[in-house]
Amino acid sequence: MHNIKSDFPIFEHLPNLVYLDSTATALKPRVVIEKLTEYYTQYSANIYRGLYRISEKATQEFEAVREHTARFINAKPNEVIFTRNTTEAINLIAYSLGRSIIQEGDEIVTTIMEHHANFVPWQQLAFENGVDLKVVDIDDEGNLQSLDTVITKRTKLLALTAISNVLGTINPIKDIVKKARTLNPEIIIILDAAQAVPHMKLDVIALDCDFIAFSSHKMCGPTGVGVLWGKQELLQQMPPFLFGGEMISEVSLEKTTFQNPPQRFEAGTPAIGEVIAFGAALSYLESIGMDTIRAHERQLTRYALERLDQQFGDDIRVFGPQNEEDRAGIVAFRFRTVHPHDVAQILDQSQVAVRAGHHCAMPLHKRLQVPATTRASFYVYTTEEDIEKFIKALQNVKEVLCTRK
Amino acid sequence: MYEEVILSHYRNPHNKGTVSAPTSSVHKSNPLCGDSITLSIVESDGIITDIAFEGEGCVISTAAASLLTDYAKGKKKEDLMKLDASFIIDLLGIELGATRLKCALLPLEALQVVCNSL
Repeated sequence: MHNIKSDFPIFEHLPNLVYLDSTATALKPRVVIEKLTEYYTQYSANIYRGLYRISEKATQEFEAVREHTARFINAKPNEVIFTRNTTEAINLIAYSLGRSIIQEGDEIVTTIMEHHANFVPWQQLAFENGVDLKVVDIDDEGNLQSLDTVITKRTKLLALTAISNVLGTINPIKDIVKKARTLNPEIIIILDAAQAVPHMKLDVIALDCDFIAFSSHKMCGPTGVGVLWGKQELLQQMPPFLFGGEMISEVSLEKTTFQNPPQRFEAGTPAIGEVIAFGAALSYLESIGMDTIRAHERQLTRYALERLDQQFGDDIRVFGPQNEEDRAGIVAFRFRTVHPHDVAQILDQSQVAVRAGHHCAMPLHKRLQVPATTRASFYVYTTEEDIEKFIKALQNVKEVLCTRK
Repeated sequence: MYEEVILSHYRNPHNKGTVSAPTSSVHKSNPLCGDSITLSIVESDGIITDIAFEGEGCVISTAAASLLTDYAKGKKKEDLMKLDASFIIDLLGIELGATRLKCALLPLEALQVVCNSL
């Protein structure tokens, strides 16, 4: 890959920044920032109803990104709904579809490795309707255990993540979906792809889930934009989630009729400029190539795991699959008995940005029997040199906190 | 931030453990980072005569607990109820960002809950 860092203006301001928190949010390339500025400086009008040129230009740019997003995941444009983020996309399904189909005696299945965004909405749906929430466990390596004995004819919804945001585990979604549909042909499958779509090619037809959710800001795009993809026949049956402007067909004092998807689920003025700039992020990732991105991260992950082991041995405990083929560029760890907050703080003194805490996955941390972990994560702009600086900074942690004085 | 005095309280915290025959005790945790503290006290005529803490914490919360428990011993309950964030910042003598301030304040929150329960 060419010198990717030069595409990201933040490195001009902070040349020594070692940014290892892309799982939380990705840095933004110049082309995305420029596209955002282009909208705000050249055609910052509202979309759909304006009969003047700049409104039509904005509408055209906005809808072009819907088409682009669809191409990016091999879907149809009318199946792509823009939300605020992955969390809102999942809540949309839980509120709209979930609350209209869940009945007494049903079950909802999810997994222990979910981000709270794909756990709490289902837990609350289960509580409200008095149905069972079943949670698939992991094995000691951090791989999902078999769903064979969990999914039954009563399982109405299966909500799971494509990649764990802590363990880095890449779940075998194609196999899981196939198996789940054999066990229960009526099952509806929701995939949290927030950690997958930014890092590898994802084809919604090939995966055969019913819904897939992800966020722009984790894939070099602006904050405030999420994507919900859903199968058209399901979207057609679903009642609106939010009511208001843009999503109606006709309103009278007696009743309101609603638009077809996707507009039915996009009430109010969306994040217009941010969606348009998200299009530039998609183009940027395509210009590098999703397979190249995946290969780069796989190589970095192997490098990081080897170097951490070499340098720190038993001082460090890395969670998740130890083989880089089965994991994304996410390395969550414990360093001796040092609190992850202190690890992160000392790394920050060397301008190494990592995250510490439970990473919105408290049930998983409870399962791992640790209150918190420190997490380093990689993306297109991460280099082996960054990992070396990270290791050097970890050595500091040892010197500051683990040497008796 | 990792000044020698802070690190020394982290490595050898004062008042770590439990008091014998506590008047009251409380468990508090910071859901953001998993820090947790159990504080137990002995009170007599409105005065804290003994105090101890246990728990899992970062350098900042451990040092804050160590320093605060030292301070609280022999003080009046109502005086302890008046302490605020600026007192803890002065006690630690370091600058703290918003996230770390929560770590530093956990022992004080626990102390005030336990004083309030008397």
